[in-house]
Amino acid sequence: MTASTLAAPKQRTADAPVRGHRRSNREGFKINWWLTALMLAASLTVLLPLYFTVAMALKSPDQIGTGTGLAWPNPMNWENFAAAYVATNFPRAFMSTAFVTVLSVLGSLASSSLVAYAIARNWNHRFFRGSFVYLLSAMFIPFPVIILPLIKQTALLGLDNPAGVVFLHVLGGISFNTLLYIAFVRSIPVELEESARMDGATTWQVFRKIIFPLLAPMNATVGIFAFLGSWNDFLLPQMLIADPALQTLPVVQMLFQGEFNTNYSLAFASYLMAMAPTLVVYILAQRWVLSGVMRGAVK
Amino acid sequence: MTTTSRVAQTAPPAEPNSPASAAGTVRSRSRIDPTYYWMVVPVLALFAFFITLPALVGVFFSLTNYAGYGDWKFIGLMNYVNIFKDPAVLQSYIFTFVFALTTTVVVNIVALAIALGLNAKIKWRTGIRTVFFIPMVLSALIVSFVFNYLFSNTLPVLAERFGVTPLATSILANENLAWLAIVLVTVWQAAPGATIIYLAGLQSVPSEVYEAADLDGAGSFRQFLSLTLPLIMGYLVINVILGFKGFLGTYEIIVGLTGGGPGMATQSVAMRIFSGFTGGDYSYQMANAVIYFLITLLISVIQLRLIQRRGVSL
Repeated sequence: MTASTLAAPKQRTADAPVRGHRRSNREGFKINWWLTALMLAASLTVLLPLYFTVAMALKSPDQIGTGTGLAWPNPMNWENFAAAYVATNFPRAFMSTAFVTVLSVLGSLASSSLVAYAIARNWNHRFFRGSFVYLLSAMFIPFPVIILPLIKQTALLGLDNPAGVVFLHVLGGISFNTLLYIAFVRSIPVELEESARMDGATTWQVFRKIIFPLLAPMNATVGIFAFLGSWNDFLLPQMLIADPALQTLPVVQMLFQGEFNTNYSLAFASYLMAMAPTLVVYILAQRWVLSGVMRGAVK
Repeated sequence: MTTTSRVAQTAPPAEPNSPASAAGTVRSRSRIDPTYYWMVVPVLALFAFFITLPALVGVFFSLTNYAGYGDWKFIGLMNYVNIFKDPAVLQSYIFTFVFALTTTVVVNIVALAIALGLNAKIKWRTGIRTVFFIPMVLSALIVSFVFNYLFSNTLPVLAERFGVTPLATSILANENLAWLAIVLVTVWQAAPGATIIYLAGLQSVPSEVYEAADLDGAGSFRQFLSLTLPLIMGYLVINVILGFKGFLGTYEIIVGLTGGGPGMATQSVAMRIFSGFTGGDYSYQMANAVIYFLITLLISVIQLRLIQRRGVSL
């Protein structure tokens, strides 16, 4: 009983409905232990592969041998991480991935919020409504359709590098992000900006000082999607970035499919290092991340 | 949630200005501040250049015999004619559609089950929820590499130990079973996203509905079938549409698991198209891409129709 009352307020901030909370109080919070056991068992489907990755990353090649790979290594082989760090040139791949991700997130936030604001506030003007339909049409163009000409085009422009990937991450997500923002901008009353305009604020200032701060929850949602999409993307960096030295973390893992393919301990240490950043951020900020993603789902 | 309430709180002070602001909106309707154009036009230009232009260039080259380098000339619809006669292309379409359909069904069943579980009165809900959503933040490619080892080494060893001979060899090397491994990893990876949408749906169902059902003595399975399911049907439709479209373009997980093999058994349409860049059949794969686009467009139109019809019937 005490545990449930402790847990309840926590859930409410994240996503649990206030209504459900009230209802459970009225009926008395009776925990379904069978279902809890079932859910715990089911969560092993997620935890086991993760455990396996960690166990493999800590084994020496001898310990891997011909076994299942599921046993915990004794002694643990921490050198694998150092070796993987060198083999993949981790710092460079990390910086490249961080560069692409940070710029994609900033670019997505700036461009789609501006576009959404301009479109939402001029909805009855043909140009802006047309722009909206045009941007939305991209949602119907599957990526494989444009990729071949795109590779040639970016190469011609000297954008066959992480910067080119940033452009495409931002533009590829703009339809969906603008859609999310427009619904939100519409819920902000025009009167708010009109009073600022009376005091002489320009449209830029109104956007920067009033609208953008009010968009904060949606900024979080768009930011999370952009971050995850950009950090984990494999297709675009693989296709666009010509110089292997500038490749991002997911693409670098392809290394272990060829020349090193017998050294599994090295490979798994490298996988773990590539997965760790998003995993750690998620676990630390999980309530915030989930509520952000949830907001995207409701729209 | 919090912002809307903040807006509501700050709105009243603006009210005294409302007659003037009403005049302002009328004025802005006839003459638009050029700033708004500056907000949209650069993005539109980049969008046209990086998304629309490649699409048009692709359509153009699909009518030529361009190999990706060197000279080319127009050959009309020859590429399209050849594609319809190509068993490898047909095979990739069959694989892609069977895969996408199966995965959509399984993902939705799994995601709905998880969402129902997370929405019920279970202990340690926050912790369990955290675990279930982990796959969402991981790279699909790396996850596939991990599963690749599990399928090709761990599973056969275990199968041998327990005497399950059919699984004693890697299922990734089996032409008829490899696609199931791809379905499994895709489900693992995609279920959390669908679960979130279902959770949003389940929480939109008013609890009064269940209380009434409780009074009428309906069991929990009956409640699910005749109350929950119809009430979250809209969310199911969204999940099916988003999922199916995404799974049609599946790429990374196949690269990580089978690389399209064994043979060409698990080669998706997207993989075939990408092969055009290195395979010397650039224009041929562009024609393939155009056909793929038309098929996905047709599916989108059908799905939109279905949604609209649902909207009317609701």
